[in-house]
Amino acid sequence: MAQKSSIVTESGKVRRVIVVGGGLAGLMTVIKLCEAGVPVDLFSLVPVKRSHSVCAQGGINASVNTKGEGDSPQVHMEETVYGGDFLANQPPVNGMAHAAPGIVYLLDRMGVTFNRTPEGLLDFRRFGGTLFHRTAFAGATTGQQLLYALDEQVRRYETVDVENEKGVVIRGEKMVRKFEFWDFLNVVRDENGRTVGIVAQDTKTMKIEAFVGEAVCLATGGPGIVFGKSTNSVINTGTAASAAYQAGACYANGEFIQVHPTSIPGADKLRLISESVRGEGGRVWVPKDPKEKRRGRDVPEKEREYFLEDKYPGYGNLVPRDIASRELFLKCFHENKGIFNTKSGKNELEVYLDVTHLPQELLHKKLAGVLEIYEKFANEDPYNNPMRIFPGVHYSMGGLWVDFDKSADGKLTVGSPRNQATNIEGLYAAGECEYAYHGANRLGANSLLSCIYGGMVAGPAIASYVNNLSRSSFDVNSTVFETAKKAEQAKYDGILKMSGTENAYRIHEDLAKTMLRDCTIERHNSVLEKVLAKIDECEERWHNIGVTDTGPHANQGAQFVRHLKNMLVIARVIAQGAKNRDESRGAHFKPDFKNRDDENWLRTTMAFYGEAGKKSEVKYVRSLDYPLLGMTIHATDTVDISLVKPRPRKYEQAGAASAEAKAAKSDDKTAGKAG
Amino acid sequence: MAEKRTIRLKILRQDGPNDAGRWEEFDVAWQPQMNVISALMEIQKNPVTVDGKTVTPVAWESSCLEEVCGACTMVINGRVRQSCSAMIDQLSPNGEPITLAPMTKFPHVRDLIVDRSRMFDDLKKVKAWINLDGSHELGPGPRQSPENQEETYPLSRCMTCGCCLEACPQVNDRSKFIGPSAISQVRLFNLHPSGKMHAVDRLEALMGEGGVQDCGKAQNCVEVCPKEIPLVDSIAVVSGQTSKHLLFGWLLK
Repeated sequence: MAQKSSIVTESGKVRRVIVVGGGLAGLMTVIKLCEAGVPVDLFSLVPVKRSHSVCAQGGINASVNTKGEGDSPQVHMEETVYGGDFLANQPPVNGMAHAAPGIVYLLDRMGVTFNRTPEGLLDFRRFGGTLFHRTAFAGATTGQQLLYALDEQVRRYETVDVENEKGVVIRGEKMVRKFEFWDFLNVVRDENGRTVGIVAQDTKTMKIEAFVGEAVCLATGGPGIVFGKSTNSVINTGTAASAAYQAGACYANGEFIQVHPTSIPGADKLRLISESVRGEGGRVWVPKDPKEKRRGRDVPEKEREYFLEDKYPGYGNLVPRDIASRELFLKCFHENKGIFNTKSGKNELEVYLDVTHLPQELLHKKLAGVLEIYEKFANEDPYNNPMRIFPGVHYSMGGLWVDFDKSADGKLTVGSPRNQATNIEGLYAAGECEYAYHGANRLGANSLLSCIYGGMVAGPAIASYVNNLSRSSFDVNSTVFETAKKAEQAKYDGILKMSGTENAYRIHEDLAKTMLRDCTIERHNSVLEKVLAKIDECEERWHNIGVTDTGPHANQGAQFVRHLKNMLVIARVIAQGAKNRDESRGAHFKPDFKNRDDENWLRTTMAFYGEAGKKSEVKYVRSLDYPLLGMTIHATDTVDISLVKPRPRKYEQAGAASAEAKAAKSDDKTAGKAG
Repeated sequence: MAEKRTIRLKILRQDGPNDAGRWEEFDVAWQPQMNVISALMEIQKNPVTVDGKTVTPVAWESSCLEEVCGACTMVINGRVRQSCSAMIDQLSPNGEPITLAPMTKFPHVRDLIVDRSRMFDDLKKVKAWINLDGSHELGPGPRQSPENQEETYPLSRCMTCGCCLEACPQVNDRSKFIGPSAISQVRLFNLHPSGKMHAVDRLEALMGEGGVQDCGKAQNCVEVCPKEIPLVDSIAVVSGQTSKHLLFGWLLK
């Protein structure tokens, strides 16, 4: 029997849902829940305005077709599926592509300062894996602008009173309560295994608390910090998703890690140089002479090798990221044709990304934000000198497994409690921490979209789930929460008592070096064996960490020890999945298995956590059954390819990514402007 | 080949909000493209002072490391800025020591961490949002000229980092001045075609004590803003709007 009131329990408690993570996916989930009348507790490791979504630069895809090129959501879906090398379930991608124009209009209504055409319409630019102008943008800080827009709407809900069904204000209760600087530790599950809340830690006072929630949605981002230096924010350790996985959630396609072709090396991180630079006409090249000593700007045109344009005339510099990264790696690592450094006498792992031929006005209006990053951090002027860049770990296509409910027209049934549901009842996931929208390789400017769409789907799914619950989490015996809290407190106290000789940051450095070198662009089984042995070693060493700081305020060292453990667990999922998958697909490339093998590997990798002594282990399944509102739902690793039949990717040919693109290409000039 | 240089950091430490502060000095090995964050990361791996004393690792706040999130703001060599974009070679070309201290205008948490939550609360006060009817599909937003976008985009890059408040002499224990960043957000929302409809609500939040008239016109804010937001212009514009509303607003009621 469903609850009498969806807002307050019989004992008068406000029935809140917990959202963990305040990036785009989390904030959009909150907005949708509030609109459905469901009050929310929002937890975030950092003030939500400082979430990693701010780092997205280039834009958000939506086939609005304002340039009259013949673009449509159908083409967007086809190109996303094709770019992802057919590993994504197609109905969620289809739902996302069709929702995209509405999402961009919504963001515009929220006040995002999108760039405009002379007529006052939204301007769109090109991005990778398509020939169409499909990417709306706000300068080159689009992620920041989108995050702020959603943040502002959520802040508005912090001032809105909770009302019961009759419209009576419940005093002292606001629709959103924020818990910023809180670290997610674990889900709380009742005697039936249903998620009824979370345990979290205040990272300022180090206090650990249990919180009740009718449902929990994780929107906690990717695990890029597993690789040490990446384009990710330092908070992206994947700790929350890892904790959920350790609590029994299935993790899918973990081995698919996107390496972005263009980033600038730094001592602390790799800073992204957006794909929009190539979308606006930036060109990638190396000098033809590998011993070229002149500065980039002084090398004449005919002595430059535009290797992406040469090899992929169809898409040129805008081939998808997996391909571009492999080509850069090939050029620098195997052919040793990276930019020659006269000081070291070596060819560095760097190529040129050149915008110096583009009009200055265009650069200032459309790319200033990203060129500013290059200026500040590389201390060179990108307006007059070609930038020096190299690939960097950027995004995880894999993440927590989530279900979807396919509609009759091949999209998602919005409002179905199955959408974005993990296999743990009451635990949902949205954004980069889940796996649903990008298959084996994500197209540029689809991440902001998938985060927002994921939230738009998760919100109604959770609201419907909550409305159909037979027992409120708030009626669950408090001992369940006390026990969960005590278990996490004991783990934390254990960390504070660690008195070994290892430094957690150094173990991380070791892990990251190995993961970065041996588990990214090119993967070899014999080397992956060593990566797994390294993870064994690091897990062993983790137990011998010495914690010097036992302080009660902002104890980042102890917190990092916990995150490190969770990173090691995810590292194994990535490396083991990479080792098992003997084929090449999207971002996962094995020189010994160069082809895609649909017969054996057109399937979702589904991983479950296990332990063997002090080490973690990964257990793989081909199907699972999960409980939801009294039903048992069966899901398998078979990929839903009901909309577009898999075919080999051929970016050498213009328009290969979709039938419509090919037709459009043959009769107008959309292609290759940048190439 | 790699140079064997070290960088000295003098850091103002404080274990908790009620503890006493102390200076500690650390030497870290120089690396190419090194910034203050990477120096702090080296200290995490080896938290030993120049006197050979093992101490707790230094605590600081950070997230994006690209100067778009605002988290890692601190006072570096006496100037408030983000530590991610504070490049060691520029701060210390000849090996000069670099001093790091927390911001002083916010409640202290630990070491270089302060609590800037008042800035987010201020955004509630001035209603820095569009009053959206809902997130359902209602078609495109209002058309806006490219010129309007060029005026609003720089304002929308404010990352609530707190530099302008730290540098403002009017922001202190004895004053309730809201500070430049929230005022600039009022200008931003009052420029949006739908935001304009609620301009008065925002202006009224900035009238009276702590409001826009408390600005002392020191113009430090615009000097320290890492995103070069025209904060002084924003204060002038909003000040004009409040005066107009004060003088003529009653006529419209």
